[in-house]
Amino acid sequence: MSEPLLKIKDLIVEFPTRRALLRAVDKVSFEIAKGEVLGVVGESGAGKSLTGAAIIGLLEPPGRIAGGEIYFDGQRIDNLADEQMRHLRGKRIAMIFQDPLTSLNPLYRVGEQLIETIQTHLPMNKKQARKRAIELLDEVGIPAPETRIDGYPHQFSGGMRQRVVIALVLAGEPDLIIADEPTTALDVSIQAQIISVLKRLCSERGTAIMLITHDMGVIAEIADRMAVMYSGQIVEIGKTYDLIKNPKHPYTKGLMGSIPSMSGEVKRLVQIPGSMPRLNDIPSGCSFHPRCSKVFEPCYSKRSPQIKVGQSDVACWLYSEEDKK
Amino acid sequence: MSDMMEDKNIKEETNWFARAIDSDIFYSFTRSKLVMVAAFVTFAYFFIALFAPILATQNPFDLGSLDLMDGLTPPAWQEGGSSKFLIGTDDQGRDLLSAIMYGSRISLAVGFTSVFCAALLGISLGLISGYFGGFIDTLIMRIADIQLTFPSILIALLIDGTVSALFPEVRREDSAFWVLVLAISLSFWVQYARTVRSSVLVEKEREYVQAAKLIGLRPFIIMLRHVLPNVLGPVLVIATINLALAIITEATLSFLGVGIPVTQPSLGTLIRIGQDFLFSGEWWITIFPGVALAIIVLSVNLVGDWLRDALNPKLR
Amino acid sequence: MSDTILVKVENLDRLFDVSKPLLNRIIEHEKRQFLRAVDNLSIEIKQGETFALVGESGSGKSTVAKMVVGLLEPTKGRIEIDNLDLSDKNKVKELRQMRSEIQMIFQDPFASLNPRWRVEKIVSEPIIAFNLESENEAIIKRTGELLSLVGLAPSDGRKFPHEFSGGQRQRICIARALASNPKFIVCDEPTSALDVSVQAQILNLMRDLQDKFGLTFLFISHDLSVVRHMANRIGVMYLGRLVEVADTKSLFKNPRHPYTRMLLDAIPDLEMSGKERKPIEGEIPNPINPPTGCTFHPRCPLANERCKREIPASFNIDGNEVTCHAVEEGRS
Repeated sequence: MSEPLLKIKDLIVEFPTRRALLRAVDKVSFEIAKGEVLGVVGESGAGKSLTGAAIIGLLEPPGRIAGGEIYFDGQRIDNLADEQMRHLRGKRIAMIFQDPLTSLNPLYRVGEQLIETIQTHLPMNKKQARKRAIELLDEVGIPAPETRIDGYPHQFSGGMRQRVVIALVLAGEPDLIIADEPTTALDVSIQAQIISVLKRLCSERGTAIMLITHDMGVIAEIADRMAVMYSGQIVEIGKTYDLIKNPKHPYTKGLMGSIPSMSGEVKRLVQIPGSMPRLNDIPSGCSFHPRCSKVFEPCYSKRSPQIKVGQSDVACWLYSEEDKK
Repeated sequence: MSDMMEDKNIKEETNWFARAIDSDIFYSFTRSKLVMVAAFVTFAYFFIALFAPILATQNPFDLGSLDLMDGLTPPAWQEGGSSKFLIGTDDQGRDLLSAIMYGSRISLAVGFTSVFCAALLGISLGLISGYFGGFIDTLIMRIADIQLTFPSILIALLIDGTVSALFPEVRREDSAFWVLVLAISLSFWVQYARTVRSSVLVEKEREYVQAAKLIGLRPFIIMLRHVLPNVLGPVLVIATINLALAIITEATLSFLGVGIPVTQPSLGTLIRIGQDFLFSGEWWITIFPGVALAIIVLSVNLVGDWLRDALNPKLR
Repeated sequence: MSDTILVKVENLDRLFDVSKPLLNRIIEHEKRQFLRAVDNLSIEIKQGETFALVGESGSGKSTVAKMVVGLLEPTKGRIEIDNLDLSDKNKVKELRQMRSEIQMIFQDPFASLNPRWRVEKIVSEPIIAFNLESENEAIIKRTGELLSLVGLAPSDGRKFPHEFSGGQRQRICIARALASNPKFIVCDEPTSALDVSVQAQILNLMRDLQDKFGLTFLFISHDLSVVRHMANRIGVMYLGRLVEVADTKSLFKNPRHPYTRMLLDAIPDLEMSGKERKPIEGEIPNPINPPTGCTFHPRCPLANERCKREIPASFNIDGNEVTCHAVEEGRS
């Protein structure tokens, strides 16, 4: 395999507070290849959004990267100066947020915002940029883009706004899009539309996507590989199909079982007892051990390394070689 | 049973104290030196004003104890100054330091009383307006709009005139305090009413209020038990900042002659007295009360600003 | 589950006044504008069953919930619970009694608990308000019982809501709802603010409590997979109208109304069967100015002239109550 587009090694994100130093992302490592869709799932507080924000350099203070390395297209980017990072952002790495309204300026017409973005990134005059903007709107599935381009954001519905945001993001023709819960604020039917737009763009343009969501259904549909996060760590990462059909880590198993299924008999849902630990109270050893049904000796004291099981990497002592003997 | 309840109460109190010390607000307080200084100055002021009769060397309100011969003595370090009057005297022979202590007492009393009255009126009207909505809401809010068009000086003049016309036998010294309180609270309640109303509009849609409605509680009870405690945060901020404003307004009104009469000078009155002598070289009569006024207003304002930021979750 | 009908809703209408202020209307020559959130809705809920209302945002499902528990007055129509008309002003005493038998669980567990109250005070409030216990000791005991019932420790009552996670708060809300021994609980998206693993805990808890106390649920949700798991019967709402009512099994196996089919097709496929998810065409129209005839016709693949003109009436087909001309005419 060629050089990955994005490579993250032992990323640590910390929040100094007055009581303690909270570690929200704890030694996370993964790679995204060109044109690949990596789904990152986890419950609220698992650190998935912070990982995304750290990559694109939008961590809100006092949060900071306290360790690890981030490489984008072979270049190390976690220590870039603000000016260089700003150059990279939008042009090569772009971000889609949950609420489309945060990315659109309510005072400007959609077209003006699009044209401005296009002109920042590409050498085009106003007329060419406008033509390009219409093409982009058409591409993300906005009907009658020639007239809609002169509308204000509030004249668009939630789903249409998210499409406009995607068009804005595409304007810079980025290589990597970090999408943080892009469909969570939308209705199921609109969700499906947005997912199919993202899916199509990804395959047509070869754009890689890091899709952060808590919605397993969305991941199942679009992601090639997925990573499951729990209290700041990746507990399992592998091919989406493998993880959904044959989860290895007890947490992934519990997570999959707790989703009400759409086929077969209605059974009692599998439930994981308790809830995710707060950041100031992360258990020793494997942070999942107080909730785990398969907990045994090593789990209490030491965190498991990533262990290759089939196609997936699992951070669980159950799969340790020494144990199998 | 009663033992158990008592035990519980004690526990609750220690908890309360521990929680206050441990809270984010207290933490942000200890982090800002400026705010700590401002709070210290404010409390020192309250202390001095409260114990003025003990601390002051002279009772400036007791006209009998004043000696006209001491009039216009400059501060002690100047030519002709006397160690008896540290920062000089006014034209009546009042020791300025004692006068400032007693004057602050009046200023603070007017400030606190009028802020309290304004808050009481404003919170009640705001609660009613926000919770019930409809016609009552429109009525109260329009009255508030009209209220805002009258400056407090006009209201004070109006009330002052009305009182002296209706009760000619009442002495000005006795009525002045309440005229000021009434005038200031009448011009300040609008802010409370509007803030409380908008908070209530948010809170009453929250689900815990709906849950309270579901168990059939009467609106009055819901307002008092559920809504009111949750809208008091912003009210506290306004009250603090208003205290500074009320002190200034009192000084302004007294300076203009509508307020506290010369026989019991408040800070504003002292500044007015001194103004007559400013150009003949007796600067201290105006400057010292002015500085005192500025320091107290600045301190209270700083505390208020900090409180606003500390209570605002968006800025935290 | 018995065949006794506990909740009967007939021809329910609810309008919201969305007009501009009087002065603006006079100057701009505009009429009053109304939003019809619920339009001629009738449902029956049997004792002990879970009836679910599903629909996208703006379909009016939460408005129905609020009217059923009495937080909103219906504009027209009647709601009967246990054969007692909720609008009957002559039966104040019975209605007060009835109040204690209807409770609600809300969507946002962070907004539904008074942040300044201890949990024990929150949970015991209904006990005191309905005079269920008068002795102080009995109230404390009952509060402890309720907390244990929802999987919390009685000692958790001393804590404040902010000390709990979202799932635990929702448990507290359930304990409060159970405090007055209700028969009927309206659940307005009770798990949509929670994470999946916590959602599973809450859904399991709700089913256990239903079995234990013979509770009847009206379950409001936009999530079809949750509804499939919880409900006995399902009503699908679109723009304030009920388009299909059916048993859960037959709705998922054999959806009749084109909108129901669209919704089912739009669910993400977790089975990884490779089935392509069909995005729904178009979006929900503006409810202030809904389309004529069948309100779904602009998005419906089966629409014809009649659908644009005529409001369809509901009819029964293999046990599904469907409101659609196309299905009635056999065009589907």
